Amino acid sequence: MFDTALTSADLIFLAKGAGMTIFVTAISVTIGTALGILFGVIRVQLGAVLATPLTFFLDIFRSVPLLIQLVLANAFMGMVLRLQLSGFTIACMVLSLYTAAYCTEIVRSGIDAVPATTRRAARSLGMSWLQDMRYIVMPLATRVALPSWIGLALGVMKDSALVYVVQVTELLKSTQILITRLQEPLFLLMICGAFYFLISFPLARFGGYLEKRWSND
Amino acid sequence: MFGYTFQWDQALARLPKMLDGAVVTMEVAVLSMLIGIAFAILLTLLRLSGSRPLRAVATSWVEIARNTPALFQIYMAHFGIATFGIHLSPFVSLLIGITFNNAGYLAENFRGALKAIPHTQTRAGRSLGMSQLQAFRYIILPQMLRISFLPMTNQMVWAVLMTSLGVTVGMNTDLYGVTQDLNALTFRTFELFAIAAVIFYVITKIITLGARLIAARLFRY
Repeated sequence: MFDTALTSADLIFLAKGAGMTIFVTAISVTIGTALGILFGVIRVQLGAVLATPLTFFLDIFRSVPLLIQLVLANAFMGMVLRLQLSGFTIACMVLSLYTAAYCTEIVRSGIDAVPATTRRAARSLGMSWLQDMRYIVMPLATRVALPSWIGLALGVMKDSALVYVVQVTELLKSTQILITRLQEPLFLLMICGAFYFLISFPLARFGGYLEKRWSND
Repeated sequence: MFGYTFQWDQALARLPKMLDGAVVTMEVAVLSMLIGIAFAILLTLLRLSGSRPLRAVATSWVEIARNTPALFQIYMAHFGIATFGIHLSPFVSLLIGITFNNAGYLAENFRGALKAIPHTQTRAGRSLGMSQLQAFRYIILPQMLRISFLPMTNQMVWAVLMTSLGVTVGMNTDLYGVTQDLNALTFRTFELFAIAAVIFYVITKIITLGARLIAARLFRY
């Protein structure tokens, strides 16, 4: 089993794929979180009824397989709008909106977790809405939201394995390319799986630790 | 408005075929969910057991399922297992992959649910003369399943969405596979996949609404 045809050049190829996975994830999570915070605040400010169009729009990203979202975005940009976008751009766009859809819910539940009385107290002390948001809601909501946000970021990293469909060669795709050439699926898949696991597992544990530490009881 | 003529009628003519695919998608999702719940209960029991190796097996299952991509798990179930000379059909590989994933996530949900059940209840059952297994079966399990009903619904939605990954191991009878084959025939990529997206959306909505109705009926008190 340890007799393998894997060369150091192949390992560099895999490392490039891993780099691509992290790069796509970092961009999408950054943009997605910014959008998620924006949408989340809008959602809370408008209330459930007025925000229905926004909720519906974001719900689509959670109810349709990511693979189809990517194919559709690719077809829409390329065939309908005739824009020459790279697969990388499309992958980042779709994954950002995908992240934003989940992040909105996390932000909303975070803001909802701040007691209304606390916020009213802040406002009666003369704080403006922005000050209330910045000094009262943000610190308290972050405690509730951060553990779930870590889970979301890791989820996006795992789901970024699907961007191969728009011709982005990330870790799993580069593994597959090597499998086709070396015919050692088990060994290569184990390397690939170990990489995902080594990034995801410690961070997931850290998220669990924060959740435990920051819970009220 | 666009330099592209939409030809919805061409895509809509294929709707019956796609709905057949949706049935297969539901089959895989439901089967993987049922087997997944069974395995998740087993994993929960193993994690509660006194045996160290059994606990280790259960914990590694749960952590691998939760910390690697579902696509990787499906690859493993197809190409990984094939290394040992076992060549599974795409349907079986996909089912194994999704079930593995479901079981891991559900076991973690069950563990959270168990924390909400006071362990004095097990002891009460034990002192009434129940065996350890009986106490779990008749006292803990029903409450555990009730508490984790909502997470189970979410996992069911995930299972439906995950079936779209079957195409990577050559599955062509599920909704995504059928759509891709039709796309190869007609090249109406946007129209076909938009219809597939709508079908997926409707399926997930039916699941969440159905679960809400069932929950309202089952958990009235």
